[in-house]
Amino acid sequence: MARTLAMFTDVSLCIGCRACQVACKQWNQLAPEEPEWTGTYQNHHHFTDKSYRLVRFFEQSDGQGALTWHMMSDVCKHCAQAGCLEACPTGAIYRTEYGTVNINQDICNGCRYCVSACPFGVVAYNEDTGTATKCTFCNDRIHNGLGPACAKACPTQSIRFGFRDELAAQARKRVDDLKRMGVKEAQLYGEDQSGPVGGLNAFFLLLDKPSLYGLPENPKLPQGNVLVDSLLSIGAALMVGLGAVVAFRDRGGKGSA
Amino acid sequence: MSLSRRDFLRFGAGAAGAAVATKGIDLTPVEAAATSIRIKEAKVFPGVCPYCAVGCPQLIYVKDNKIIDIEGDPDAPHTEGALCPKGSSTYQVSMNERRITKCLYRAPGSDRWEEKPLDWMMEQIAQRVRKSRDETFVEKAKVGDKEVTVNRCEGIAWLGSSVLDNEENYLIAKLARGMGLVNVENSARVCHSATVPALGATFGRGAMTTNLIDVLNADVIMPTSNWAECHPVSYKWVMKAKERGAKIIHVDPRFTRTSATADIWVPIRSGTNIVFFGGLIRYAIETRKYFHDYVVAYTNAPLLIDSNFKTPTDLDGLFSGYDAQKRAYDQGTWKFQLDAEGYPRKDPTLRDPNTVWQRLRHHYSRYTPEMVEKVCGIPKDLFLKVADLYCSASGRDKTATASYALQLNQSTNGVQQIRSLCMLQLVLGNVGRPGGGVVALRGHSNVQGATDFGTLYHMLPGYPAMPLQAAHPTFQDYLEKTTPKGGYWVNNPKFVVSLLKAWWGPAATKENDFAYDHMPKREKADAYSHQHFTIGMLKGSVKGFISMGQNPAVDSPNAKMVRTALRNLEWMVVVDLFETDTAAVWKEPGIDPKSSKTEVFFVPGAPAAEKDGSLTNTMRMAQWHVRAVEPPGEARSDAAFIVDLGNRVKAFYKDSKARKDRPVIDLVWDYQPQGPKKEPNMELVLKECNGYATEDIKEKDGPPLYKAGQPLKTFGHLKDDGSTACGNWIYTGIYPEEGKNLALRREKPKEGDYLAHTWGFAWPANRRILYNRASADPSGKPWSEKKKLIWWDAKDKKWVGLDVPDFGPTMAPDAPRAKEGPLKGISGTDAFIMNPHGLGQFFASILDGPFPEHYEPFESPTKNLLSKVDHNPVAKVWDVGDLNRLGGPDKYPYVLTTSRLTEHHAAGMSRHIPWLSELFFGHFAEINPEMARELKIQNGDMITVESARAKIKVRALVTERIKPFIINGKKVYQVGIPWHWGYQGVMKSARGDITNDLVANLGDPTTFIQESKALLCNVRKEVA
Repeated sequence: MARTLAMFTDVSLCIGCRACQVACKQWNQLAPEEPEWTGTYQNHHHFTDKSYRLVRFFEQSDGQGALTWHMMSDVCKHCAQAGCLEACPTGAIYRTEYGTVNINQDICNGCRYCVSACPFGVVAYNEDTGTATKCTFCNDRIHNGLGPACAKACPTQSIRFGFRDELAAQARKRVDDLKRMGVKEAQLYGEDQSGPVGGLNAFFLLLDKPSLYGLPENPKLPQGNVLVDSLLSIGAALMVGLGAVVAFRDRGGKGSA
Repeated sequence: MSLSRRDFLRFGAGAAGAAVATKGIDLTPVEAAATSIRIKEAKVFPGVCPYCAVGCPQLIYVKDNKIIDIEGDPDAPHTEGALCPKGSSTYQVSMNERRITKCLYRAPGSDRWEEKPLDWMMEQIAQRVRKSRDETFVEKAKVGDKEVTVNRCEGIAWLGSSVLDNEENYLIAKLARGMGLVNVENSARVCHSATVPALGATFGRGAMTTNLIDVLNADVIMPTSNWAECHPVSYKWVMKAKERGAKIIHVDPRFTRTSATADIWVPIRSGTNIVFFGGLIRYAIETRKYFHDYVVAYTNAPLLIDSNFKTPTDLDGLFSGYDAQKRAYDQGTWKFQLDAEGYPRKDPTLRDPNTVWQRLRHHYSRYTPEMVEKVCGIPKDLFLKVADLYCSASGRDKTATASYALQLNQSTNGVQQIRSLCMLQLVLGNVGRPGGGVVALRGHSNVQGATDFGTLYHMLPGYPAMPLQAAHPTFQDYLEKTTPKGGYWVNNPKFVVSLLKAWWGPAATKENDFAYDHMPKREKADAYSHQHFTIGMLKGSVKGFISMGQNPAVDSPNAKMVRTALRNLEWMVVVDLFETDTAAVWKEPGIDPKSSKTEVFFVPGAPAAEKDGSLTNTMRMAQWHVRAVEPPGEARSDAAFIVDLGNRVKAFYKDSKARKDRPVIDLVWDYQPQGPKKEPNMELVLKECNGYATEDIKEKDGPPLYKAGQPLKTFGHLKDDGSTACGNWIYTGIYPEEGKNLALRREKPKEGDYLAHTWGFAWPANRRILYNRASADPSGKPWSEKKKLIWWDAKDKKWVGLDVPDFGPTMAPDAPRAKEGPLKGISGTDAFIMNPHGLGQFFASILDGPFPEHYEPFESPTKNLLSKVDHNPVAKVWDVGDLNRLGGPDKYPYVLTTSRLTEHHAAGMSRHIPWLSELFFGHFAEINPEMARELKIQNGDMITVESARAKIKVRALVTERIKPFIINGKKVYQVGIPWHWGYQGVMKSARGDITNDLVANLGDPTTFIQESKALLCNVRKEVA
């Protein structure tokens, strides 16, 4: 396997411009969606099958007039232990030689197990294609010597792309620098490969606790509860099997018209 | 040995980046990869983003004559390949179902468009132009008892555009003036017009003094604009400086995405910036934190002012010479004491009470921290903290930079608000030095260029004044009155004669004063601006209107009045990409199309990606973009429209014997239109702007300098005898040889060239930081090693360093004042060569005073606490009856400020772009939670915002980011409203009420820019 590629998003440099969101749409030619009222600048509420990048906005007031406006560009984490990949029954979800996690659109059958298996709410189901979709780190670009569209567009280099070990070293240094400048809460999220889900290949520098950014403090895979999960899976499989029998019977009864 | 795939991973600087120097190069093949990429076999063209004035270079990938991808050019030194969301969506500007690709005609009173052939349209438009010209032409006017040839047509207005290319603006300026048009403007008028006189009067040129990349060298950065949101890609330099330890102070009424990145946010009430900057100037002087040696050497601080000159500190709000009847100043006392040679006397100790320095000090003595707190709403402690931090970045080893944009511009004190910031930078010795300067952040892609090329009512390309009939009846009067006695503008006759030669060619001869009579003369200074002529449309004096790449239905002050005015025209031509609100004004929701008799012609235009031309970004750098694809259908470049119209109008008049038609007949207008769409050769236009020899030119006793027709290498070679023609002298050198277009240059900078001189062309003479003589001390040595830029090389006897010297290249630091020649009046230490005395000017004649003085916005929650004069006593107030009422705080208790967002752009190209329109739910107003509670408004409720002119419905966004101010002890709430919306748009979220309906017709006295940042409004919850 080649060296692992990763994305490091430094929230302390983010200006919330959403270039990443649009650059992603442009490169991946994702259709526009009507926005929703979210009560802030954010759009949309969640990742969708047409929005693989999402800038989140949070305002924080200390009650004494001091205000912080957090902006964070969120994306698929390409987890070392990927819930989606482990949940995929067809083998459509695979890990590339660079450590990224992709969904093969030709194989995906649209079962959506991956959608519920993702601890970050990243994977979305596309009604038009009947498949699950998400960020690929611009698989075509990174296999052709170009960085992902979002990282390339980012005006302030808040999003950086490169080899994981190099980025992790940069990230650790940046946290130290920030702490030295008095930013006490600066912390890395997902950089530690011995941490939850074996570390994230899209990791973050946050300026406050992860929950503020809508990130789980301690992300877990649903598969962690193996026994319950297995039983549920067996049950589900039985139901699917029964359903198929019924369906085929129906179809047979009505003919092919 | 074969390379492994990982060796090809060049993130950001991709494989495609290198292959872009000229048009249409195939992508360098990368190692065969398992995964294909769609741009692999595409051709790549150099593009420039069509949105803001950062001017992000782009790569446009084309396959089968279709754009398949547009992204940032990773080699670009000032953007490093980045794009903001608007730039990232450029693909959808071209690839968009909403693009209009046919000519559309709307007959008077009709309720529908009809498709018409291009040729029919152009012929009809040309006929309308001729008819209105002939009907409203003024050939001669009486001035006193003299008859003056004025050759002026007041019945047509032409709104050129700060989104059109330099060459297109040049063609508009030339054709419009050739036809006698005086109502000629572009969007710069309503966004950044105050910039030009403010920067010009202080430093000598009306343009940003520095370079975006150089922001990295600042120790403290003070954005007084919403820099991160409005110019996101350039904000990278602020963030890089911050990473290196620079401090950021953000001064803004609202807490924005810029404030979010700042070390300190300074909330300031809109329209009170002079008090804040004046307070900082006072602080720097009184605490002796100013850069003394710089101030003494490079500014007019030591010069002595006439002892009869009085400031508002002496006269309770007025300068000496005020005439209340005329609402104007007699500037008789605003002058220097002169020595025997006619130069100002001076006191280098700065102690004489009549020095500019002491008068300045006296003037700002009232601008105390307490006053700042009372007027601006900035708590005193916060002000002192900021003052201490900002003034700490001064002296030999430190510099600070400050940005501004429309918060300072759009005010009845617009020029003076900007000037007070410029003066602060002079006090601290921050101009012309690395990490210093004034960052004037322009809005549109070519605000700088459109201004440079003179699609503005008051000036010609390159900044000579548009003549006035009373002051400039003859060419001699014009040259005498517009050419100063010292400073580089002594060369004005060369610029003007060369311009006249470029326009009227062989018909401009020495004998006929180079056809000076052909040039239209303005009736008066108080006429023809954007607001003047929109009101003229309402009143019927302006009959025809050409609007290109601008949307006055949305971007004009008092926009509702303007839409009524547009519906009152005889005819209107809109050249644009999409059906803009202006084009659709006759079918505005709630309007009966029958009620508008305006005949409307819509001609489809082309964006940058579909045409050749250059755009000048905010740091004066022209960048050429290459036509990557043909415009769709009947759409063609705006240049093709202008050249075609010119040819048709010329054809109408070609046999005319009337004297009034000579300027049209004589106009040199051969741009070799080619192909089915008659696209002109834009390089020819560029060459004309650059300038060329009209005959063989020989140096005295030397070899031939130029052959006839050869492009000029430098404006130093311009002549006032007709042997050179030049469309815009400040751009001379952009096309120094036949076929050599320096705007197209995209070479990675050489090692150590941090200002990237090999990328594009920055006027003048490719200088990247203006006034850089001031980066060295008077003896020519850098003030410090850390802040060096250029310095005197005593051995080679020339200026050397990291930039092209903005100075006589071999003029020694001890050179005496030149008695004659191109740098007449300038000595070896006069760093501001464009100014008459070569000095940075604290004291300068501006219509509303030689020093900036605070006056309240015309709609304000308070009386003026600094003097008894509440409002700018010489500001323009238009009388449009009920359509332009002003409101007071009793009925309209909230301060309203208008603003922009990253994701939308100006008057609305972004509203036709689906990827941008999906980013905001719709139009909104930001209000504070306390105010919301008082009015029982919840986040997301619909509210009505009402000014004395109009009301609009928007959604309330309740946020702590909008704070109330304590003004003179009283709590004042503010409302922040972005202004991008209108009735045209791709999806529901893109359509909304027009914010500028709320804005009044008021004008800064110098530039007539409107006051759209500080108004009063009322707010109520909409009951569903």
